[in-house]
Amino acid sequence: MSATIVHAVWQGIVILFGGALLGMVYKGFDRKLAAQMQGRIGPPLRQPFYDVVKLMVKENVVPDHAVGWLYNLMPLLSLAAVGTLLFYLPLGGFKPLLGGYGDLILILYLLAVPSLAMVVGGFAAGSPFATVGAQREMVMMMAYEFPLAITFLSIAWRLSVVLPGQPIFSLTTLAANPLWGLVGPIGFIGLLLLFLSLFIVTPAELAKIPFDIPEAETEIAGGLLAEYSGRNLAMFYLGDAIKMVAMASLMVALFFPYGLANLFHVTGAWGGLIDVAFFLVKVFVVIFVAVITVRVGFARLKVGQVTRLFWLPVTGVSLLGMLLLALDRFV
Amino acid sequence: MNNRSIDLEVGGSTACYSVPVGPVHPALKEPIRFQFELDGERIVGVDIKPGFVHRGIEYMGMRRNLIQTLYLAERICGICSISHPLAFTQAVENAAGIEVPPRAQYIRTIIGELERIHSHLLWAGIGAHELGFDTLLHLVWKVREKAMDLLEQLTGNRVDYAIPIFGGVRRDIPKEKAPLAYEALDYYKRLLQDLIDAFLHDKSVEMRTRNIGVMTYDQAVALCAVGPTTRASGVKKDVRVDMPYLAYADMDLHAITPEDYGTEPIGDVFDNIIVRLLEVGQAIEIIEFCLENLPEGELTSIPKVPALLAALKKASGEGIGRHEAPRGEVFHYVRLEEDVEEMAVWKVRAPTYGNLIGWVPKFLGDEVADIPIVAASIDPCMCCMDRVHLVDGVGAESVKTKTELVRLSREKTRRICG
Repeated sequence: MSATIVHAVWQGIVILFGGALLGMVYKGFDRKLAAQMQGRIGPPLRQPFYDVVKLMVKENVVPDHAVGWLYNLMPLLSLAAVGTLLFYLPLGGFKPLLGGYGDLILILYLLAVPSLAMVVGGFAAGSPFATVGAQREMVMMMAYEFPLAITFLSIAWRLSVVLPGQPIFSLTTLAANPLWGLVGPIGFIGLLLLFLSLFIVTPAELAKIPFDIPEAETEIAGGLLAEYSGRNLAMFYLGDAIKMVAMASLMVALFFPYGLANLFHVTGAWGGLIDVAFFLVKVFVVIFVAVITVRVGFARLKVGQVTRLFWLPVTGVSLLGMLLLALDRFV
Repeated sequence: MNNRSIDLEVGGSTACYSVPVGPVHPALKEPIRFQFELDGERIVGVDIKPGFVHRGIEYMGMRRNLIQTLYLAERICGICSISHPLAFTQAVENAAGIEVPPRAQYIRTIIGELERIHSHLLWAGIGAHELGFDTLLHLVWKVREKAMDLLEQLTGNRVDYAIPIFGGVRRDIPKEKAPLAYEALDYYKRLLQDLIDAFLHDKSVEMRTRNIGVMTYDQAVALCAVGPTTRASGVKKDVRVDMPYLAYADMDLHAITPEDYGTEPIGDVFDNIIVRLLEVGQAIEIIEFCLENLPEGELTSIPKVPALLAALKKASGEGIGRHEAPRGEVFHYVRLEEDVEEMAVWKVRAPTYGNLIGWVPKFLGDEVADIPIVAASIDPCMCCMDRVHLVDGVGAESVKTKTELVRLSREKTRRICG
């Protein structure tokens, strides 16, 4: 028994550090590639590591008007939430560490925690810019959480019909049984629509342009993060990097869980290695398409425009996807 | 004035809280303070407080000889670093009765229009940045470098070109440099349509700028707005067209409004983009015309600087100089007295001064998220504009009415005149 616990702790540490490392590497790519697309040279790939190290040694300023304990707690909470999230995601071919102790609904909540932590931290900072940012983040969450939930639930529900008796809300089951092949043509279109809505939700969930409204540097001077500095800012930064990986892995797990090992009939350690490498490539592709190119190609929208966009077209698309998946069952 | 009064109230809402923006804020490139009255995210009132970057340039200029002051005039604005000297030299030439040879007039025009290209592109980049569209910022500023390079090749400097002098220009544009200019112009001709596509056919830019920061035709006329800001509202006002000077009289020019793009002028930020991008095209045409028709002849009517200084010392009288700077009309007033090396009076009116009050109708009814782009839409230049600083009434914040200001300036004039 104790051996299992030691094993689990050991694995947990590897996943946490691996996730953070991965997040920062992807962030480096994000910055470098965005710069290249904008006609700039851009920072070196290891710049995010420099940034975090530098932030860690910088002074951690707490504004006079801030609610100190809340203000300092929130970055930690954000990092803890995304760290926990990593334990529930099937990274590569591996089974999630805590796969048996939580499901898709928990993942939805864990995804919301970092944003909520930033909202509370923003309000606790006691700065007008942070307050405006926090209000905007709340409005944003109300806008994008609904299509996100619809997407998750529709897929899980459809799978429960195909595979009765399985723990359908477990991400492992979802990743092991890609829906694309299990549904008819109508369901396929429905899945495509759900994928589209998740694709649009991803940059909003990660607060990247055109949805970086809560931070909006030129408008509210960094908004939520305006007052954060030093260690606290580093934790938010790390949390953001990990969340990007988590969100992309989630998309991969839901829509592209295919591995290469079976295709080439490779088994054992080499098979695992190939799958992990392929998984990393898939995550990169998702980040590249859904985050980097989008943030390079758009202007920042206004919060009212974003709310309209998510409540009407995006929710509409995801509801239509759900409807088509339901129809598919009866055809 | 009464029949022109305009309504600057927003009906049906009450201000619940006020938010200060500035003097230091990422949306502002230079210090100015806005006090916004907000109803939710909607702006229902705004007070503008300039005066953070008054440098006393007019005072300094009145204590130097005219050629030294010319250098100072060049440094009133870093972007309009040819517009102020152009207006200033015209004012002094006007006062002293100095003629400018045609070739010098054409060279001044060429540099002035090159400045318009780089200034409008700079503005477009900043506008994109305020919208959170950094890709466009980097691309536009990369394109802008070509104009800066050409200016450096023609004058030796990227900014502060030191080209005009009273009675002419200091450097020629020789024949062998013309291909450089043509190459740069071709580059911009090729890219202009791409720029127009990137800004005017982009959905997200349109969503952020259409019907935002509106100044109607009537407001623009009543508030005496100048430059692209007023032309975006459909007012056909352009010093180059209305009172042609330099080489502008020789060509067929018209004031660019959104109608040239085929849309009805609204006076919003989108229209400002249209006008400025089309003016880049107009500037290319003007430079081409000037290069093709560059007259032969002298560069300056009084080439020797000591002779020029002596002539200026003998001169007396008043003169005005106006130039359509990229941001709008820049106006210099100069009074010279006989046997005095310095100017008796120097008055500079930068374009931002004319557009400042236009911010009020532009802001009203917009949202907080629109503040940066609306503030940037008039292409403000605070330190060129700040010309008054109250030094008495220490500590207490004081607002002077028009009557008081007139009384104060009359007192000052009497003091100067002794």
